[in-house]
Amino acid sequence: MTELSSLELLFTAVLALVVLSAVFGAILGFAAVQFKVEGNPLVEQVDALLPQTQCGQCGHPGCKPYAQAIVDEGEAINHCPPGGQATINALASLLDIPAPELDEEHGEEADVKTVAYIREEECIGCTKCIVACPVDAILGAAKLMHTVIASECTGCDLCVEPCPVDCIDMLPVPQGLADWHWDSPPSSAEQLQGLNIIATDRRPDVAA
Amino acid sequence: MRKLWDIHGGIHPPENKEQSLKLAITQVPLPEVLVLPLNQHIGAPALPIVEPGDKVLKGQIIAEPNGFVSAAVHAPSSGTIAAIEDHAIPHPSGLNAPCIMIHPDSEERWCELQANTNYQTLAPEQVLSIIRNAGITGMGGAGFPSSVKLQPRQSISTLIINATECEPYITADDRLIRERAEEIIIGIDILAHILGRPEQVLIGIEDNKPEAYKALESALTSSAFATTIEVVDFPTKYPSGGEKQLIQILTGQEVPSGKLPAELGIVCQNIGTTYAIYKAVYKGEPLISRITTVTGNSCTKAGNYETLIGTPVSHLLANAGFDEFLCQRLIMGGPMMGYTLDDLSAPVIKSTNCLLAADIEESPPSNIAQACIRCGHCSQACPANLLPQQLYWYAKAKDYDKLAAHNLADCIECGACSYVCPSEIPLVQYYRAAKGEIRLIEQENVIADRARQRFEHHQERLIKAEEERNAKRAARKKAAELAKLAADNLTADNKGNTQTDEGLSGDTDIIQAALARVSAAKASPEQELKRLQRALSATENRLHKAQQKLEQGKAEDSTYGTLEASLEQSRLRHQEAVNNLSAYTSKNEASDTDNDSDKATSDQDQVALDAAAIAIKNAQQKAAQQADMSVLEKLQNQCDGLLKRLDKARNRLAQAESDKDENLEAFSNALTKLEGKLVDAEAKLAEAEAEAEAEAEASDAESFDSKSLEAKPLNKEQSH
Repeated sequence: MTELSSLELLFTAVLALVVLSAVFGAILGFAAVQFKVEGNPLVEQVDALLPQTQCGQCGHPGCKPYAQAIVDEGEAINHCPPGGQATINALASLLDIPAPELDEEHGEEADVKTVAYIREEECIGCTKCIVACPVDAILGAAKLMHTVIASECTGCDLCVEPCPVDCIDMLPVPQGLADWHWDSPPSSAEQLQGLNIIATDRRPDVAA
Repeated sequence: MRKLWDIHGGIHPPENKEQSLKLAITQVPLPEVLVLPLNQHIGAPALPIVEPGDKVLKGQIIAEPNGFVSAAVHAPSSGTIAAIEDHAIPHPSGLNAPCIMIHPDSEERWCELQANTNYQTLAPEQVLSIIRNAGITGMGGAGFPSSVKLQPRQSISTLIINATECEPYITADDRLIRERAEEIIIGIDILAHILGRPEQVLIGIEDNKPEAYKALESALTSSAFATTIEVVDFPTKYPSGGEKQLIQILTGQEVPSGKLPAELGIVCQNIGTTYAIYKAVYKGEPLISRITTVTGNSCTKAGNYETLIGTPVSHLLANAGFDEFLCQRLIMGGPMMGYTLDDLSAPVIKSTNCLLAADIEESPPSNIAQACIRCGHCSQACPANLLPQQLYWYAKAKDYDKLAAHNLADCIECGACSYVCPSEIPLVQYYRAAKGEIRLIEQENVIADRARQRFEHHQERLIKAEEERNAKRAARKKAAELAKLAADNLTADNKGNTQTDEGLSGDTDIIQAALARVSAAKASPEQELKRLQRALSATENRLHKAQQKLEQGKAEDSTYGTLEASLEQSRLRHQEAVNNLSAYTSKNEASDTDNDSDKATSDQDQVALDAAAIAIKNAQQKAAQQADMSVLEKLQNQCDGLLKRLDKARNRLAQAESDKDENLEAFSNALTKLEGKLVDAEAKLAEAEAEAEAEAEASDAESFDSKSLEAKPLNKEQSH
């Protein structure tokens, strides 16, 4: 085998690098076109954690716009009262940031889920609530009685204000057997409350 | 001898079975009322087909299954339907659920029954429908509708009859086998017939029931099915009666996580269910009674009782010599998997296999749970091969992903881990709570997904409607432009024909005309000034009136908002008039048309304006004071909100009145309702404000004084 001159060596090395870069460039270019991700996947992930009440209490017209704002504009994650602390914690762990407390300015976390209920005999059929409903959960037509599809209502409250005859109530969702589940046992700290396990505490006469 | 396999883990708690085995099965006398919950099974609640007041016969169907996974309910005795209402049911939640109440007439008249002693000639589907119509559910405890379990999609090679009864204290199956083995064997043959004669039919029984084993053996030898059915006894261990555990013991096969035994070609049925199926098919009797063990130290007559479904627990206990004062805890089910029953009016249902009235020795109050010391006893005891200590850790942290990764769903809640835990941690309670939470979260996710979809569709629709509107608008605009262009062309043509030289004259004409109009509108300076002054004095008057009204309105809170609004409006108008005037006068000054009288007037106006501004300021301050007065801001806010809505409603009503709207009544309705709400809110507010009132009055008086002082110089200036 003949010895390569130093110039030939250099030439071979450069050639090899050029070929390699061309091949990998082609692969990357192909991947960029073929596996292009539409939209920001993080928005979808954030949106999946939001409660989808579409109530607008966060100041955005729905959960998706709020998710968009969190990702794009760095909006605070504690503006969602319906989701409460659980949603804030989930968002914080997804975005890897510390979890703040719920911002009370946007409303308080509700204890019970509510659903809108139209007192049908009082409804005048103005369709204002139908326009206001973000999830199309109200049925009805002009001058005809409206009613709420309870299973689709997110309890967002947006239909109450527009009603001219004030015939919409937000009623708590009845809790039946199907929703019941066992409670967690009380923590030992809770069990210890009121029990003095230190012997001298138990007998004040001895302690004194 | 058959080869047997062992399961992982398991425990050997004291059996305590002998106390309830002394007596033969006893009939419980008819209670005064029978309570039949519509949901005694897993699946959808049954639909009642009777009305209160109806007469029903014993065995008559009173509620139909609602859907595939559901079971019918029958009248356990003849009598009258008293009511269909919510009543206490045996459930760990202690919640009430809809029940059919029957007052028995103690005649025990049966409805017409159709016995099928020749079930072998019937098609399996027919037998299945008999079982479904008889309302039979699993009698072992879970209560899954049997007809569903008996029509698997796979072909079945092994039928296993579960006679294990591994939980301490319970002897209902043991006693049933000893006394009614022949009937059970027929029931098993019916099952084998439905399942297309599986290759092997096994009865699994623990070796702590030798008498029951012997009874089955002798019943088998005397029956025609001796060759096909095999009784297998195996060492006693809790919980070998779990379905998956029993399958592993008898066949060595493990049912994979998340799969059903049917996927391995195995069907498992409880022996009590077999007896119920015998009765339903062979005798035509629906499921209206069951054997229930009543035991525990608080019962003097512990034993097994043939109880009508729907018998109140209190009635059953009274027959078993129950001592309420000895009883520390009444447990429905066994000591390992049962739950505390608080309401004794709850009935015995199809899955009630045991009532354990434990005294303080049997059920000592639980100690405080200590910290987990990671001893690993629980994982050695777990029959499902899980890691209970890890599950406990994650359940406490509510880490549901990790729980799923550690197969929480495979936990059978047998309680073996809690039993062996040296720290006395109620492990199973943690798992049950976590399972419930996970189920709830899954349900919520489904709902949220649907809401998201609906919201997206809603948005799409709105965008589409907007686009359509825009398109229409654009089309109209284009049409208008085209029409104009055509008209222009026409005029241009005309002009071109007649006056070609003066092509531009049309445009100049228009401009000149406009200029003339503007100059005409610009009247003489005196006139303009007078007009502006008139406007100023008019707005001033209005402002004064509004202020007076506001003073009055403060007395009656309800009109305050409107008045304030009108004050604001007149103030704005006044401001506008003043601006107009000052602009005009300054212009006049600049253009050398100086006029003394004009100047005087404008000065006067300026003074009046200042006074008015002060008055407005005062009014605003007062309003602010009034807002600050309330102690409970929330109540005030509520009141204010209501007031605003009330105003809106009033305006709307007025509008409707003037328009003669057909919804006038509805509007006035809404108004009165809102007023009612306001009165309520104000009543709440009044309490809170009681203290602040005196203070508020003082400040009110003060501000009024200063106001009148300021108002005097204003009058003086004006009188100049």
